[in-house]
Amino acid sequence: MNRVFGKVKPWLYLLPALVFLCAFMVYPLFDVCIYSFEEKYNFVTQLSDGFGWYNFKYVLRDQLFIQAVKNTFILVIITVPVSTGLALLLSLGLHSIKKFKDLFQTIFFLPYVTNTLAVGLVFMIMFKKTPYSEGLVNMMLGWFHMTPVDFIDGPYWAKMLVMCLYTIWVVLPFKILILTSALAGVDETYYKVARVDGTSKFRQFYAITLPMISPMIFYLVITGFIGAFKAYSDEVAIFGTDLNAAGMNTIVGYVYDMLYGDAGGYPSYASAAALILFAIVFTITVINLLISSRTSAKTR
Amino acid sequence: MKDRIFKTVIYIFLSVWAVIVLFPFYWMLLTSVKSYSTYNAEYIPKFFTLSPTLENYSSAFTTVPLGGYFLNTIIFTLVTTGVMLIVTVLSAFAFSRLEFKGKNLVFTLFLALMMIPNELVIITNFVTITNMGLRNTFTGLILPSVTSVFYIYLLKENFEQIPNELYKAAKVDGTSDMKYLLKVMVPICQPTVVTIVILKVIECWNSYVWPRLITDKQAYFLVSNGIQEIRENGFGRDNIPAMMAAVVSISTPLIILFLIFHKKIMAGVSRGGTKG
Repeated sequence: MNRVFGKVKPWLYLLPALVFLCAFMVYPLFDVCIYSFEEKYNFVTQLSDGFGWYNFKYVLRDQLFIQAVKNTFILVIITVPVSTGLALLLSLGLHSIKKFKDLFQTIFFLPYVTNTLAVGLVFMIMFKKTPYSEGLVNMMLGWFHMTPVDFIDGPYWAKMLVMCLYTIWVVLPFKILILTSALAGVDETYYKVARVDGTSKFRQFYAITLPMISPMIFYLVITGFIGAFKAYSDEVAIFGTDLNAAGMNTIVGYVYDMLYGDAGGYPSYASAAALILFAIVFTITVINLLISSRTSAKTR
Repeated sequence: MKDRIFKTVIYIFLSVWAVIVLFPFYWMLLTSVKSYSTYNAEYIPKFFTLSPTLENYSSAFTTVPLGGYFLNTIIFTLVTTGVMLIVTVLSAFAFSRLEFKGKNLVFTLFLALMMIPNELVIITNFVTITNMGLRNTFTGLILPSVTSVFYIYLLKENFEQIPNELYKAAKVDGTSDMKYLLKVMVPICQPTVVTIVILKVIECWNSYVWPRLITDKQAYFLVSNGIQEIRENGFGRDNIPAMMAAVVSISTPLIILFLIFHKKIMAGVSRGGTKG
């Protein structure tokens, strides 16, 4: 009796986690694949017309999906390099000072803990131009004699600009934190030797710092790509829940719209779109990993 | 001399970014204390106000059910974090101290699950919860949010650092596993436990996507959904000061939490947390 209990006991400890993971992660993973191939699935009757590629074809031809893909790619291509570069500059700055270092670090991390929906609303108000108020940003543009633009309901590129700025503002804390701890981890001896040799600051950065922290930079680029491809709540925060009307939808937004909301009730289309997104993210991550392993092989 | 100029440039650069980070917070605070008429009379916005008022805060809590959103979020956060902690501690203990067949295989499978993006499984979860009739209930909100493989991994690593001799000594004394876990392991690993709790609380407080899918009755909205609801048809679109008062109220609890625990939070996040 006791021996049997001893064998079962570890599984009892694991049971809650196993139940939750199977029900809400493992099963859905298989289910989403089935959904995506079930043609003309009806949510109410739970019946479908058989299996095939129809859902994928539909999604890939849908203008709203194409717009969402375009928006997401622009967002990714702009925000990932800019935020990583800016984070690198800021953490290098932080690393080279002593006074107020903790204060700056704490301030820089603040956006990480704030509710993105709430602060997005503040960004919306700062950039918005209404008949009775010019808005903060337009007032500042006025100081440089630039024409005011409505960044929230105006031209596509103005909206995209706000979108990118807000995304960078939101993702930077994490990147700065990771890079400052990477910089703090570089062995001081290297710099001491370099200083004895009279190596210039720029050369120190290029020959010591950069190779030492490059694994962390690659880590940030990879997670940055993954995160940016899944952008959604930041868009909702600025443009509201009807992203299609604003022309600012993202791939994840398309998935949720298909699942729920005014155009919702099509889990099959949503599944197909989610799988397409997964395929894109997976491909980009593999490419990133290949580049990073080749680069680190070269420096060695 | 050259060095001092260099230092000054760095400080200016860092200060500029600090202002960019802090400015939205200042702006929401400022706007929230301007009265409705003052705000709308300013075609060109002003950077300060001479007659601050708190009327927006009272209307934020009376015109829209902001208090209700708060209460929902607190219940959701407490229950989710509590259940998550129980699930995590139990399985971290099984993986770190107990011996059983297939342990490594199960643990590898757990780690593999960390790579599954939420977007992929949320579709089925939505259908499951809807079919179970759990829309607009706390159960439906909480159930899919309680397991986090990453936290299990984090705590397991920490548990393993406790010397095994302690466990053997406790066994000799006849201490039960559960008692040992609660009286010895959890207290020793308290810093990690606290980190996990804080990170989960932040995640819960800011969660938006799942609550939006699963609730469409205002009585069950969390603060993120509440703020979206307020924006779309709360005070009337133009009452921006009242909206900002709501935004300030929602942001304050986490900012206070951050100011108290900022060392712990930053250490925890740099150990491998990611956004969202």
